[in-house]
Amino acid sequence: MEHFDLSLIDWSRAQFALTALYHWLFVPLTLGITFFLAITETIYVKTGKPEWKKITKFWMTLFGINFAIGVATGIILEFQFGTNWSNYSWFVGDIFGAPLAIEGIMAFFMESVFIAIMFFGWDKVSKGFHLTATWLTAIGSNLSALWILVANGWMQNPVGMVFNPEKARMEMHDFWAVLFNPNAINKFLHVIYSSYILAAIFVVGISAWYLLRKRDIVVAKKSILVASIFGLIFSILTITTGDESARQVAKSQPMKLAAMEGLYYGSTHAPLVAIGVMNGKPTMGEKPSTDFNMNLKFEIPNLLSILAFHQSDAFVPGVHDLVHGNKEQGIISYQEKIDRGNIARKVLVDYKAAKDIGDKETTKALLAKFNDKDWIANYFRYFGYSYFKDPHDIIPDISTTFYSFHLMVLAGGYILLVFIILLFLVYKNQLENRKWILWFTILAMPLAYLAQESGWIVAEMGRQPWVIQDLMPTMAAVSNINTASVQITFGLFFIVFAALLIAEIKIMITQIKLGPNKGGN
Amino acid sequence: MFESFDYSTLQHYWFAIDALLAAFLVFLLFVQGGQMLIYKIGKTEMEQSMIVNTIGRKWELTFTVLVTFGGAFFASFPLFYSTSFGGAYWVWMIILFSFILQAVSYEFRSKPNNFLGKKTYDTFLFINGLIATLFLGTAVATFFTGSPFHLNGMNHSFWDNSYRGLGLALNFTRYDTYINLSLGLAVFFLSRVLANMYFLNSIDDNNIGKRARISMMKNAIPFVFFFLFFLINVLLIKGYALNPTTKVISLESFKYWHNLVDMPIVFILLVLGVLMVLMSIARVYFKFDKCKERGIWLGGIGTILVVFSLVLMAGFNDTAFYPSYTNLQSSLTIYNSSSSEYTLVAMSYVSIMIPFVLAYVWYVWKSINNKKIDADEMNGGTHAY
Ligand code: HDD
Ligand code: HEM
Ligand code: HEM
Repeated sequence: MEHFDLSLIDWSRAQFALTALYHWLFVPLTLGITFFLAITETIYVKTGKPEWKKITKFWMTLFGINFAIGVATGIILEFQFGTNWSNYSWFVGDIFGAPLAIEGIMAFFMESVFIAIMFFGWDKVSKGFHLTATWLTAIGSNLSALWILVANGWMQNPVGMVFNPEKARMEMHDFWAVLFNPNAINKFLHVIYSSYILAAIFVVGISAWYLLRKRDIVVAKKSILVASIFGLIFSILTITTGDESARQVAKSQPMKLAAMEGLYYGSTHAPLVAIGVMNGKPTMGEKPSTDFNMNLKFEIPNLLSILAFHQSDAFVPGVHDLVHGNKEQGIISYQEKIDRGNIARKVLVDYKAAKDIGDKETTKALLAKFNDKDWIANYFRYFGYSYFKDPHDIIPDISTTFYSFHLMVLAGGYILLVFIILLFLVYKNQLENRKWILWFTILAMPLAYLAQESGWIVAEMGRQPWVIQDLMPTMAAVSNINTASVQITFGLFFIVFAALLIAEIKIMITQIKLGPNKGGN
Repeated sequence: MFESFDYSTLQHYWFAIDALLAAFLVFLLFVQGGQMLIYKIGKTEMEQSMIVNTIGRKWELTFTVLVTFGGAFFASFPLFYSTSFGGAYWVWMIILFSFILQAVSYEFRSKPNNFLGKKTYDTFLFINGLIATLFLGTAVATFFTGSPFHLNGMNHSFWDNSYRGLGLALNFTRYDTYINLSLGLAVFFLSRVLANMYFLNSIDDNNIGKRARISMMKNAIPFVFFFLFFLINVLLIKGYALNPTTKVISLESFKYWHNLVDMPIVFILLVLGVLMVLMSIARVYFKFDKCKERGIWLGGIGTILVVFSLVLMAGFNDTAFYPSYTNLQSSLTIYNSSSSEYTLVAMSYVSIMIPFVLAYVWYVWKSINNKKIDADEMNGGTHAY
C-alpha cells in the first residue's frame, strides 16, 4: 500500500479548485456573449441600421476584457494536470489527452484567430467576412467547451477504455464511446445552455442599470429584447438538461445524487427536498443517529424518484444503502467493493512479480484475466476501492454538495421568472416605469455567477474522493512533490488572481459607466 | 488509412508533429521578443502604442500554439507530460505565471481605471518576454542534456533533487548547465532579432525602422554566439542511445552528430535553416531598403526549420528524447512514453485538420496585415491596446 501525504493532497486540491473556479468566472460569459454578438451583428448586417453596430461593438468591448482573463487562466488548468496531477496524467493520458489536444487544434485556434478579425477587422475586411468571423468565434469557443467536457464527462463516467497491465494505465479502446458518452453530451448541453443564461443576464442586468439611470435607452431596450428571448429559451433548456444531468448522476454516481439531496436512507417514492437546512455535521456509523435529519425541510413527495428514474416507485439509494449495501435492491456494500478491489490489485501485483522473475506460465494466466469480461465487470472495475481501508472514507462532503445543488436550482428558478416578467413588460412597453423589476434583474447577475460556481462544486466535490469514478481516487492522482511548493504556488495564484480580478472589475465598471457612446474599442 | 501504419511509424509521426508545434512556437516567440523592446524601439507614446498593437495582434497565436503544444504532447507522449511537468515543477510554474500576466496585459494596459497602471502592465509584458524565451529555450536543451528523475514500476515519476527543475539552469557545477543556458540565451536573443524584423515588416514609421535595424544587429551577434556554442557542444557530447533490440539505454559518444549523419534529410534541413536565419540577418542589415520588409519571412522559416530538425535530432534514430542523467533506464524514448496505438491512430485522423488550420491562420493573418500599422490607425476608431 502506498503512503499518501494528506496535506499535499489537500493543497493540490485547493489549488486546482481555486484555478478552476476562477477560470469559470470568465468562461460562461464568453460562451454566451459571443453568440449574442453574432445575433446582433447579423441584425446589423441584415437591416443596415447603425445602432445595431453600436450595440455589437459595445458588448464586444466588455467581452474583450472578460476574454483576456479567461484565456490567461485556462492555460494553468491544462498544465496543472501535468504539474500537480502527474500520476493521473500518466494513468489516463491515453484517453484524456486526446480531447485536450483536439480542443487545441480544433477550437482554440478557431476562436483565437477569428477573434482578431472581430476586433481589428471592422475596416479591413468585408461586412460578410466580418460577420462570418464573429460566428466562427462563437462556434470555436463552444467547441472548446465540448472537448473539455468530453474529458470531464469521462472522469465522471469512464467508458470506452481497457486497462493495460503492462504499462499500468488505461488505454482508449473506443473513441466514439468516449465522445458520445451520454454523460459528456448532456454535460456539454447543460453547461453551454446555462452559460447562455449567464450571458443574457449580464446583458439585461447592465441594460437595466442604464434604464434606471435613464440613459442609453435605445441600446438598453434593444439589448434587453434580444437577450431576454435568448435567455428565456435557454432557461428552459437548462432546466431540462439539468434534469437529465441528475438522471445521469443517478446512474453512474449514486453517491453524488444521495449527497445532492442529503438522502441518508434510500426509499421508493423518494421525496425531493426543495429547501432544507441540515442539522449539524452528519456522521456515519453502523447505526446512524438522527443527526442526518434536516432541521427545516420542505419536501415534494415522489419527485426525487421521478427525477432520477422517471418512475414514482423507483428506489433511490441513500448514503447508508451505498455504504452498507442493500441486499433487497441488489446494492453491494463498500466493504465488499474494497475486498474485490484488493483481489484485483493482487492480480496486478502478482502479474508484475511473475513477469519480473520470468515465470511465463503465471504471467500468461494472469494476463488472461485482464481480457476476461466477467472478471473486469465484477472485480477490476472496483480497483480504485483497494486504495481505501474504511468504507466511510468514500463519502463526499454532504452538506457542501447539498447546499450547492439547491442554490443552483433556486437561482435557476429565480432567473427564469426574471426573463418571463421582463418579456411581458417589454411586450406591454412598461419596462422603464417598473423600477422593482429592474432591481430584481440586477440582483440576478451575482446569482447567475453563484449558480455557475455552485454547479461545478456539485459536480466536482460530489464525486469525491474519486478523480475517476471507481478507478482512481484523488489521493493516488497527485504528483510526487513537496507540499511547500504547492503552498507557495497556491499563494501566488491567490495574489495574482485577486489583483487581476480587481483590475478587471474596475475596468469593466468604468467601461459600463462610459457606455456605448463614449466607451470603447 | 492510419490503421495500416505500424506503431513505430505512428510514434515517429506524432513526434514530428510535436516538433513542428515546437518550431512554430519558437518562431512566434517574436511576440515575446517584441515585448522586451517596447521602450527600446518606441520613444514616444505613439511609437510605443504602434509597437504594442503590432505584436498585440499576434499574442494569442503564440499563446494558442503553446497550449496546443501542451495538449498534443499530452495526447501523444503522456509519460513525458507527467514526468517533465510534475518533475520540473518550478520551471513550468514560472513560465505559466508569466503567461497569465501577459494575457491580460494587452487588453488592460490602456483601459481607463485599470488598477495597476500602464507601466505595470508593460512591465508584465517585459517579464513574460524574458521568462518565456529564456526558460523555454533552457527547457528544450534538456532534451539533449537530461534531467534528474526516475520512474517506478507503475510508471510514476520522481524528481531526484529538490530544485524542481531550477537546478538545470542554476547548478553551475555541471557543465550541462552551460549548454542548457546557452540555448536559453540563444532563444532569448533570437526572439528579439525576429521581433525587430517583424516591426520592419509591419509598422510604417521611419524612426522605428531605423532603431529596429540597429537593435536587430545588436541582438544578432550574441544570438549567433550562443547558438553556435550550443550546437557545437551538443554535437560533441555523449548522447542517450537506445539499443533497439535489448531496449537498454546507454551513453554514446557523438550520438547527436551520428544522428545527423544517419538522417541526411534532418541534416540538410538544419543547415538550410541556419543559413536562412543568417542570411535574413545579413540582408536586412546590409540591404536595408530592399530587404527590410521580407526579413521576417526568411528568418521565420529558417527558425522553424532549425528547431524542427533539432527536436527530431533529439528523438529519432533510437535516441532518448527526455533522458534521465540520474537513472539512465528511466529515460523516455518515443517508444516507451507514447500513447497506445489506438489513440495515436485516432489522433492521426485529427491531425488531418492541421493543414486547414494553417490555411485559415495564414488567410486571416494576411487580411489583417494587408495594411501596415501607422499613426492614423492608432488614432482611428478601431480596437486598440
Ligand atoms: C446558470 C447556471 C445554472 C443553472 C441555473 C442550473 N445549472 Fe446545473 N450546472 C451548471 C449551471 C447551472 C454548471 C455550472 O454548468 C454545471 C457544473 C458542472 C456541469 O456539468 O454543469 C451544473 C451541474 C449540474 C449537475 C451535476 C452534473 C454532474 O455532476 O455531472 C446537476 C445534476 C444539475 N446541474 C442540475 C440542474 C438542475 C436540475 C437545474 C434546475 C434549475 C440546474 N442545474 C440549473
Ligand atoms: C471550469 C470548470 C470546473 C470547475 C469550476 C471545477 C471545479 C473543481 C473543484 C471545486 C475541484 C476540487 C474538488 C475538491 O475539493 O476536491 C476540482 C477538482 C478537480 N477537477 Fe474540476 N472543475 C472544473 C472543470 C474540470 C474539468 C473540465 C476537469 C477535467 C477535464 C476537471 C478536473 C478536475 C481534477 C483533476 C480535479 C482534482 C482532483 C479532485 O480534487 O477531485 N475539472 N474541480
Ligand atoms: C479544467 C479543465 C479546463 C482546462 C484544462 C481548460 C483549458 C483552457 C485553456 C488552455 C484556455 C486558453 C485557450 C487559448 O489559448 O485561447 C481556455 C480558455 C477557455 N476555456 Fe477552458 N479549460 C478548462 C475548463 C473549461 C470548461 C469546463 C469550459 C467550458 C465548458 C472551458 C471553456 C473555455 C473557453 C470558452 C475558453 C476561451 C477563453 C475564455 O475563457 O473566455 N474551459 N481553457
